[in-house]
Amino acid sequence: MSTDTLLSFEESLEKFDPAMGLEVHVELNTNTKMFCGCPAVFGGEPNTQVCPTCLGLPGAMPAVNAKAVESAMRIGLALNCEIAEWCRFARKNYFYPDMPKNFQTSQYDEPIAFEGYLDVELESGEIVRIDIERAHMEEDTGKSLHVGGATGRIHGADHSLVDYNRAGIPLIEIVTKPIMGSREKAPEIAKAYVAQLRELIVALGVSDARMDQGSIRADVNLSLAPIGTGELGTRTETKNVNSLRSVERAVRYEMQRHAAILSAGDAILQETRHWHEDTGITTSGRPKSDADDYRYFPEPDLVPVAPSREWVEELKGTLPELPREKRARLQKDWGFSDLEMRDTIGAGAFGLVEETIAAGAAPQAARKWWLSELARRANDTGTDIAELGVTPADVAAVQALVDAGSLNDKLARQVFDGLVAGEGTPEEIVAARGLAIVSDEGALGSAVDKAIAENPDVAEKIRDGKVAAAGALIGAVMKEMRGQADAGRVRELILEKLT
Amino acid sequence: MTDYLLSSATELVAALEAGETTSVELTTLFLDRIAAVDGAVNAFLHVDREGALAQATASDERRAAGNPASALDGVPIAVKDVLATEGLPTTCGSKMLEGWIPPYDATVVARLKQAGLPILGKTNMDEFAMGSSTEHSAYGPTHNPWDLDRIPGGSGGGSAAAVAAFEAPLAIGTDTGGSIRQPGAVTGTVGVKPTYGGVSRYGLVAMANSLDQAGPVSRTVLDSALLHEVIGGHDPHDSTSIDQPVGALVEAARQGAGGDLSGLRVGVIKELGGDGYQPGVLARFQESLDLLVAAGAEVVEVSCPSFVHALAAYYLIMPSEASSNLAKFDAMRYGLRVVPEAAENGTQPSAEDVMRASRDAGFGDEVKRRIILGTYALSSGYYDAYYGQAQKVRTLISRDFDAAFEKADVLVSPTAPTTAFKLGEKLDDPVAMYLNDLATIPANLAGVPGISLPSGLADEDGLPAGFQVLAPALADDRLYRVGAALETLLEKKWGGPLLAQAPTLDGASA
Repeated sequence: MSTDTLLSFEESLEKFDPAMGLEVHVELNTNTKMFCGCPAVFGGEPNTQVCPTCLGLPGAMPAVNAKAVESAMRIGLALNCEIAEWCRFARKNYFYPDMPKNFQTSQYDEPIAFEGYLDVELESGEIVRIDIERAHMEEDTGKSLHVGGATGRIHGADHSLVDYNRAGIPLIEIVTKPIMGSREKAPEIAKAYVAQLRELIVALGVSDARMDQGSIRADVNLSLAPIGTGELGTRTETKNVNSLRSVERAVRYEMQRHAAILSAGDAILQETRHWHEDTGITTSGRPKSDADDYRYFPEPDLVPVAPSREWVEELKGTLPELPREKRARLQKDWGFSDLEMRDTIGAGAFGLVEETIAAGAAPQAARKWWLSELARRANDTGTDIAELGVTPADVAAVQALVDAGSLNDKLARQVFDGLVAGEGTPEEIVAARGLAIVSDEGALGSAVDKAIAENPDVAEKIRDGKVAAAGALIGAVMKEMRGQADAGRVRELILEKLT
Repeated sequence: MTDYLLSSATELVAALEAGETTSVELTTLFLDRIAAVDGAVNAFLHVDREGALAQATASDERRAAGNPASALDGVPIAVKDVLATEGLPTTCGSKMLEGWIPPYDATVVARLKQAGLPILGKTNMDEFAMGSSTEHSAYGPTHNPWDLDRIPGGSGGGSAAAVAAFEAPLAIGTDTGGSIRQPGAVTGTVGVKPTYGGVSRYGLVAMANSLDQAGPVSRTVLDSALLHEVIGGHDPHDSTSIDQPVGALVEAARQGAGGDLSGLRVGVIKELGGDGYQPGVLARFQESLDLLVAAGAEVVEVSCPSFVHALAAYYLIMPSEASSNLAKFDAMRYGLRVVPEAAENGTQPSAEDVMRASRDAGFGDEVKRRIILGTYALSSGYYDAYYGQAQKVRTLISRDFDAAFEKADVLVSPTAPTTAFKLGEKLDDPVAMYLNDLATIPANLAGVPGISLPSGLADEDGLPAGFQVLAPALADDRLYRVGAALETLLEKKWGGPLLAQAPTLDGASA
């Protein structure tokens, strides 16, 4: 599909400096839409969550969702932004079939939050400060489904269907200032920024923050300038990059593509680019120039948003600990090594481990189950570790049974099998599968007696003082008991009987 | 005509309360009157006989149970076709919305229903409220009951003509630059533009959101006050609606009807009079002013120098907002859809092609003119020079009002510079048409309330002229006090309501 010529990443850096700008759209998880009372939940039957306002019916008017304003302010505050004392919504005018009014109610030159930053930690431990230009409120558009074409895009489609359930869902758009001087780290910085911004949003509890469902969407602006000049070159805007890995790849790809074009003495076309997850390339979207004229003007149907300073102060008090700071604190509390911590985060299990510990499990035990047992299962089945069907409470309950001596590690693994298969709670699975360790002395005693009787030569060795030989008898007993015995207690019984 | 047709809403309520008539009887009477004369007047785009009679029946039941819903329960009303009515067509006078039936009621309509006023039908208007003559309706012009060859004003010519032709005792209009008051002036009726934010705009199909305001149309000042109290007040669906009680408007009207204006300072706006105003209009204005003085008012001259820029500012702000508001008419979800033929190479029309064709066919020339004007004024590179400058003028006009209201309690002027002109006379001259609203536009730009009431018939043509009273924002009660006082004094002079002199249209062909 692509005929793009690419320069190698290294060559691109020999000749050029990259500059990036990242625009992240966050869909808020408010109960209702930005300007009407329709439910804002994901996944309803098409066009069932609509009303005169979000359908743009003649005469209908918007009214601002105060909860969305609060979420926008909390995001702004968490990004160290100033909160506007007075700001307005504006109309961004352009025609598109999935936009009911043919203008988007957004904010233009008066964003609710501006001039902030996010300190982002790279793998090396280096902290990079990303300056935030603004965070503003707007409404989402409807969703078009193009039917009958090969690509799912509008070109070649036979007809299109529009679902307006998404129209009017509150969005916060967070825009960075140009990120300069990042050189070879540009792709990693872009990914780390989006990842850590996402964590912050999760910690704030203001969005589902699911990139796969589009509740967080990243647009990557990239330009190159001849090395050392500090200029800003012509940029492209790669839209809707919907995974963290893709953010990194999209930056890298565009750097290489731009470098090839500029090296050949050609000019970059200012345009939007589509990112293709499958092939890892971008393709041309539509030309976009600074002269694109959206004819912004203040939305006359809405009054200005003027949050009181008291409200701002109150919201400051609701800010969660920054994810990066929280990680450092918990690592210390848990006694994890840097490697253990990195693996935990890398496996996407940080929050799960945290909750498991909060539910009573010892930190190392929690880490062990999630990273060995459950991460493996997730990998094997290609499932997100959080979607396995095993909750932190389950893991803590299993570990409690181990701690109480009613399960050993081998049995515990079978409980996890049961949990993944949806057989019920750990307790129910233990009961149903008959997994509890047998501590009935009578049953154990008979099994020991049987093992001694069937292995007279081994028993003889033990009587002669070769205690190490007990292992063979323990194995026999455990086999007889189908593993459901406390190996330590078995050993004690054998020694009692033979010495 | 029977007496009830000529009666004010206040008189109709009295008859209902006395058990002398019923809402069904009155509603039938007006429906029959519509059937008899509206072929000649064309005030209505849609008549809802069945719905109105059902509402009237319910009203009679309430009244029989001793439980009327409001001071106007049972009095029928006509509603301008720019307000959404659930289950009733709402066209805004445009082909674009032909056949569209809203699934919801505008707040004003909901309040009328709640208050028990049977809705007779929807009244004619300039397309999307753009015009001063109702000639820009896609469904043919409305004719002025005083002279069927003349315009009834606009954009709310249908509502004003319906009331002047005794097809309805009350009506709802909307006023963006004078669309309630100017039709009131040229049809000899009363029309009020409330303070901006005083009446909910939810369900009012916007022309210019920052200027639009719905208000009462009636034959007497007191009737307007009664209707204003029914439709006014805060609405959470309209963020720009004012969160304050609507005020004691009826009481102000009753007080004013006593005819005593002692201590009232009346400011005559120097810039709204003189050149460009018809002598007969100015003569009636002066006569009314003299009556106010006789009633004890003190008259001062005030100057509002920025008003000379009001028309220019208005014709930038209004089209700018309108160009954006009208973008939603794209044939995607409702209204007219024109699908162009496939191209010669077989390419099917795209969504954009359908939008283009539908908007081309659905909008009239005046609407297109304003969309183009507004799109231009908002364009980057021109925004500051046009929209931005116009907003500054708006601020200056508000300051002029503030200064004038330091010197006077109310401000007055002729409502419109002329009496009703002939149909077609100004249709090819948009600027001449726009000049009709010279005296009414400043109030919209500043958000202050205004009333127009009949001041008499101009000597040269025997047609009605209007007297405008303006008050500070939220002081709508002053309009009613001064308006009712002047009405009392004028009617004493005329020996009855001005409309008693209007043609009866009895011979009008249906």
